[in-house]
Amino acid sequence: MKTKSKAAKISVRLRSASARQAKRAVAASTHAVVPLKERRLNFGNQWDFAPAPEDSRNYVIAPRHELFINGKFVTPKSGKYFESVNPATEQPLTTIAAANAEDVDSAVKAARKAYDKVWSRMPGRERGKYLYRIARIIQEKARELAVLETMDGGKPIKESRDVDLPLVAAHFFYYAGWADKLKYAFPGKTPSPLGVAGQIIPWNFPLLMAAWKIAPALACGNTVVLKPAETTSITALRLAQIFQEAELPDGVVNIVTGAGETGAALVNHPDLDKIAFTGSTEVGKVIARTIAGRSAGLRPGSTSGGLNRAGSESGAPRLTLELGGKAANILFEDAPLDQAIEGVIAGIYFNQGHVCCAGSRLFVQEGIYSSVIKKLRDRIQTLRVGNPLDKNTDIGAINSKPQLDKIKMLVQSGIDEGAKLTQTQCVLPSKGYWFPPTFLTGVTQAHRVATEEIFGPVLSVMTFRTPEEAFERANHIPYGLSAGVWTDKGSKIFKMVNQLRAGVVWANTYNKFDPASPFGGYKESGFGREGGLQGLAAYCRLD
Amino acid sequence: MNRLDIKKTYKLYIGGKFPRSESGRCLPAKSPAGEHLDNFAHASRKDFRDAVVAARAAVGGWGKASAYNRGQILYRAAEMLQNRAAELVAEIARSINVSPAKAKREVTLAIDRLVHFAGWTDKYSQVFGSVNPVASSYFNFTTPEPTGVVVVLAPDEPSLLALVSLVAPVILSGNAAVVLASETFPLPAATFAEILATSDLPGGVVNMLTGKRAELVPHIATHMDVNAIVNGVGDSEISAKLQAGVATNLKRYANHSATDWFSAKVEDPYWILDTVEFKTAWHPVGI
Repeated sequence: MKTKSKAAKISVRLRSASARQAKRAVAASTHAVVPLKERRLNFGNQWDFAPAPEDSRNYVIAPRHELFINGKFVTPKSGKYFESVNPATEQPLTTIAAANAEDVDSAVKAARKAYDKVWSRMPGRERGKYLYRIARIIQEKARELAVLETMDGGKPIKESRDVDLPLVAAHFFYYAGWADKLKYAFPGKTPSPLGVAGQIIPWNFPLLMAAWKIAPALACGNTVVLKPAETTSITALRLAQIFQEAELPDGVVNIVTGAGETGAALVNHPDLDKIAFTGSTEVGKVIARTIAGRSAGLRPGSTSGGLNRAGSESGAPRLTLELGGKAANILFEDAPLDQAIEGVIAGIYFNQGHVCCAGSRLFVQEGIYSSVIKKLRDRIQTLRVGNPLDKNTDIGAINSKPQLDKIKMLVQSGIDEGAKLTQTQCVLPSKGYWFPPTFLTGVTQAHRVATEEIFGPVLSVMTFRTPEEAFERANHIPYGLSAGVWTDKGSKIFKMVNQLRAGVVWANTYNKFDPASPFGGYKESGFGREGGLQGLAAYCRLD
Repeated sequence: MNRLDIKKTYKLYIGGKFPRSESGRCLPAKSPAGEHLDNFAHASRKDFRDAVVAARAAVGGWGKASAYNRGQILYRAAEMLQNRAAELVAEIARSINVSPAKAKREVTLAIDRLVHFAGWTDKYSQVFGSVNPVASSYFNFTTPEPTGVVVVLAPDEPSLLALVSLVAPVILSGNAAVVLASETFPLPAATFAEILATSDLPGGVVNMLTGKRAELVPHIATHMDVNAIVNGVGDSEISAKLQAGVATNLKRYANHSATDWFSAKVEDPYWILDTVEFKTAWHPVGI
């Protein structure tokens, strides 16, 4: 029986092989044949759009940005300023104050005073109204903020305009409504504010991360000292102007700009009740260690926080961390393939891959591997890389030179370790920091590109056979921020959602965000949640 | 002629079995008056490692057991505890030199705590999970699930009640626990382990170590396959050491050391949340 079917198969193969040969002979007589493997969709110049840049002339960026402390813009005691450049042109945009420990101290003191005198005493309803006001002003200035965000950070205008800014406003709206309803958020507990929160945010979603941090903190009655990333401080300082316009009481939010030293000064400040950090796992661990060191010798106390990941003894600040990721995007054979390819593209190339939850590891079920690779190869070719202010741009500039160097270094390590590189053939602008959409095949679980966060438009493609293999390999790294699953079978989705050790799982979609939806990691991707009901817990004391 | 009582050496409880310490070491348990009661195992770093391996092996099955089933099993543990209450009362009374009445109060409260927390298995995710009204066409929900392997450090007193109050909220969600028992009064914990072994709790879900805290704490703090630490020991030096270590792999850390263990406040469902992770899932709504 077995032999017979084998023989039958061979004869079929022979027949079809000879048929193919015959076809080829006919084709060769009419025109040159491109071997199947090398055949590409030829778009020609069909995809060359006319330039459509967003007008930025009406938005003036002041040549110098000061610190925002106690409701006013003040010159730094450090006397130092640093340059902020547009990563798409390498042109300087402005200079920004570099806060030292003394400046940070003034900011914390202002926040403490505002907490004691004003904000913690204010009824929740009134706090909420300030947040609503802020949300409205953000909506009104959304276009300006989007343009600034794009100029300062390099992200495409269609993303800052259509994703970042609507979410920023929505976040303030969402938490505004919680301010007078906190007693319903925690059954059996009485919530109260923690005090002064030190918040450090990254450069990939500058304004959105500011909103994620500031809105819930203020809703719960805390005051804030925020440190934006040094390459993307402009919109945070523009937000400070919005706070002024909203007449937010002085000192409720203070913004100290600067690089790592400023962040360290903030983390080390002895008068913080809460530290919230979004950034790399490496720095997150340093912060966790710093706080642990500080709590040594303090009186131990019960820090049952439940949701809020108390993390430290009384006397030391509470901590929430939102850190790196290396998300698995898992593509099953029964997935809606074209939809899935779009999801894979959105998962890794959104915001140049500068996304902690980016779907940077693609696991493809073996049966569809070759067609997925072909589709990916053709799809990335259509991604438009270039001027971030152009409304048609898909991929903007890499945020900074050091980040570009890191991406290049890791991609080179992938090639050195045996992975095969596929990149778009697009022409990159001569000035600025750019990296074309890239994917690597032939990646193994041990490669650096399969385990380390690249934080760029680089996808590592691997294969799997069974669902068990997929989730085991997906879970087999220290990160656990997010994951994606693509299949048309509902029960398989729930099985995968249950098994994946990640804080956010997108099924048949990717990179979706909403203020009502909690976000945060498992394992070394951090602890605590931002967004939603669960996100409130990070800023409340529960008694 | 008087009959000679036999002395017992209490063993470790790892993966549902009762091994001696791989180090071969044991320590004497003494009454407050200095009288030698029995011996107990002095767990080593390798015993701790074995316990983590056993807990890791158990967490898959236990975490995926139905909430109803976990509740049944925890209630069964309470039944077993009730059955052998007298034994534990005697163990506490002779170890700590308290009146049998006070020891009995501790044991009955421990039983009630187990019953209380057993009921939370199939309720806490309803109370703390959520369906989130996102502003786009997606079904979005958030559920808590166990973080994995949790080390619980029990305080010296009350040696049974505190241990039960700390362990129950950890395991009810589906975590597996490695428990380091009271250093001064380890016998009630060791007896409790023997009771758990005869309940329906799968082996490895609770692993009990006895020995010296100072020796094990550095290893507990830095072990890469531990997801969380629940510290019930009221000692600032131990807390500092644990916290310094948790940063190595960002373990979740909760400190419950200043608690009045007899107070009703200890029956706090928010303690469950110290060792769970919130997972949010998105799915498009459409045809």
